[in-house]
Amino acid sequence: MGNAQKTEFTEGLRKFEKVCQIIDKYNRDPSKLIPILQEVQHEYRYLPEQVQSYIATSLGLSPARVFGVASFYANFALEPKGRYVVHICDGTACHVKGSNGIKEAICELLKVSDSKKTTNDMLFTLETVSCLGACGLAPVMTINEEVHGQVTPAKAVELIKAIMEREPCK
Amino acid sequence: MIEQAVNLEAVGRRYKEARAAIARRVIVCAGTGCVANGSLKVFAALKNEIEGRDLEVVVELGHDCDGGDVLLSKSGCQGFCQAGPLVTIEPEGYLYVHVKPEDAKDIVEQTLIGNRPVNRLVYKDPATGNSFEKTHDVPFYKRQRREVLGDCGNIDPEDIREYIARDGYEAARRAYTQMKPQQICEEISASGLRGRGGGGFPTGKKWTLTLAEKSDKKYVICNGDEGDPGAFMDRSLMEGNPHGVIEGIMIAARAIEADEAYIYVRAEYPLAVQRIRKAVADAEEAGILGQGVFGSRHNMLCHVMEGAGAFVCGEETALMASIEGLRGMPRPKPPFPAQSGLWGKPTVINNVETLGSVPMIILQGSHNYRALGTPNSPGTKTFALTGHVVNTGLIEVPFGTTLREIIFDIGGGVIDKAGQIDSDGFKAVQIGGPSGGCLVEEHLDLPIDFDSVKKTGAIVGSGGLVVMNCDTCMVQVAHFFMRFTQNESCGKCVPCREGTKQMLALLDEVIQGRGTVRTLELLGQLAVAVQIGSLCGLGKTAPNPVLSTLRYFRSEYEAHIFQKRCPAGQCKALAIPEIIAERCKGCGACLRKCPVGAITGEKKAPHRIDAKACIKCGTCAQACKFNAIVGV
Repeated sequence: MGNAQKTEFTEGLRKFEKVCQIIDKYNRDPSKLIPILQEVQHEYRYLPEQVQSYIATSLGLSPARVFGVASFYANFALEPKGRYVVHICDGTACHVKGSNGIKEAICELLKVSDSKKTTNDMLFTLETVSCLGACGLAPVMTINEEVHGQVTPAKAVELIKAIMEREPCK
Repeated sequence: MIEQAVNLEAVGRRYKEARAAIARRVIVCAGTGCVANGSLKVFAALKNEIEGRDLEVVVELGHDCDGGDVLLSKSGCQGFCQAGPLVTIEPEGYLYVHVKPEDAKDIVEQTLIGNRPVNRLVYKDPATGNSFEKTHDVPFYKRQRREVLGDCGNIDPEDIREYIARDGYEAARRAYTQMKPQQICEEISASGLRGRGGGGFPTGKKWTLTLAEKSDKKYVICNGDEGDPGAFMDRSLMEGNPHGVIEGIMIAARAIEADEAYIYVRAEYPLAVQRIRKAVADAEEAGILGQGVFGSRHNMLCHVMEGAGAFVCGEETALMASIEGLRGMPRPKPPFPAQSGLWGKPTVINNVETLGSVPMIILQGSHNYRALGTPNSPGTKTFALTGHVVNTGLIEVPFGTTLREIIFDIGGGVIDKAGQIDSDGFKAVQIGGPSGGCLVEEHLDLPIDFDSVKKTGAIVGSGGLVVMNCDTCMVQVAHFFMRFTQNESCGKCVPCREGTKQMLALLDEVIQGRGTVRTLELLGQLAVAVQIGSLCGLGKTAPNPVLSTLRYFRSEYEAHIFQKRCPAGQCKALAIPEIIAERCKGCGACLRKCPVGAITGEKKAPHRIDAKACIKCGTCAQACKFNAIVGV
């Protein structure tokens, strides 16, 4: 093995060290694929293709099987997300109470859309979710783990702007 | 070798002694709703304030607790989410609503020290203006029967000892030490308990079928993948009384002779996942779960699995595929899970609320359980009451309660879009989420139970009740649910995958004003085809909202198609562009921006818009600073 190859190899090892630990924690059990992907995503914030292939090989599965599962479930991200993930609830209760207006206001502020969910500076990702189960407070949005109830378009914009000011990321 | 069995009486007695040494308890609601409204800050403020007064505050009742002045604890969802954050004071039973951190001072001074309620924090009925100091007097609670939710909102969900002190795990102990599996199945069958997840299948029958299967391994699965938009009963139960759910699972496992269980919780419910995980760990540590349960020769292992965001996983066979690490796709039945379930082994899969009802039945006996509800649907049902209603939140009523009682007595009536009570505003209520249908004015006095609702074309479902006022367009409601099911269709079978897509396209045509006389005919035919041809419950029930709105609101569809008009004024494509003369200042901003020259008018005089020329691009409305332009 040449020197250059060797460094590449050890770097690869380091890169996958965390993934390795997670896979070992689940005893390389293919039936634990979903919890493994969840923990790996927690680490990387999304599931890079390389990592998916690595997991497939380690569990003795085909990469297609892993990709099949990763792409099936809505919570797995195949692309990197922004630092702040904004979820707008579009469950029935939120929908009838006007969640659409909130979405439109944020889309306009952040210049994002259904096809382009993440801002160019990687600060925000806007997603619609089917129900957060906080229907008593409809309409609801969450920013990362924080839940905000009875949101209006103006309040939503205010919340986002407050983060933009805190994070002078250009 | 059998381990030393846990002594429930001793744990309970120690807890009760410790509790008795403290006169007063302050309970802050820490359900998802109240946390979002800042109840944790209220908790911190109360703690600070009490400590600052030289009162001894106890946050956790330890074994060696020798009393204090105030026990401050967090509870699960108390139900009245609309009025959160909620704070309850015991023993008086005062209920404080919309509490803010700055109210802590008054609560401590007036109630904890002065022994009187803080008048400005008690609930005031917006309709009558009457004040209610105590929880059980508030109309929202007065009409309810909180049985399954009895402990939820009262106890500290993270303290297993408090659950035990309230006869918790006593039913499981009886099941493991005094009852035979057959006896448990018979007791549940006699209670008439029916699955609360939507189907209403008799739970006792399901258990009996699984018990009859001979196998070296069986499983129990608790289905907490509550995906119906507009429903949060299971979330609240898992957050508010996780031990009650675990106890139900243990009894189910004993009844079918299983020794392993999975609790599958939706990933969108992080707090529920956390509380269930803690509860399982605490029950293991206490020696309740694990080897030799209650000194018997039976073992019990409980896993918690977090879902990954797929509505179809609420379907039992899809959920099992998901636990096995596969794409969550359903498979044809039979074989039913009772014969071949998780990893091909006989499996019982029950909804959270169903399992949550089980300990009560074992403790009180099936006869007492049947005292509530109707003969065919005994017991109570929790509903998530949301939408255009004054009091939104989590409620529990006996089966047989009418919709009118739920919406007007408990819910406090319908509200208009400005949030004001509108006594004539009721239009419909969506029951059963995307698999259900709507109930209308004529159903207001219908006693709600599994069978009566089915006759109307809707289903009780898991218990989402979304109230809709007159400003709601029913075609859009049908469209909303169809978009949801189309999006969540797993794609395995053609009728669901393609059928829902085509139905959505047809509904789109109606909303966009392109519908013709053929559209409704096709929509009806397709709905029936999808209903009959789909593989699983998702597809079979997906057309229900369309069929049900077509049945009760056909005239609204027809208005969209033939008059190109949306009676509720919600469909943008059918709106007529107009400039409201009273608001228009004649500044000309819209006129300059209009790309097709559809706006005319003199400076400083109200402008007009030519509806025929307008392309509804919305540019003018954006340019207008006075909100004078509507319908674009």
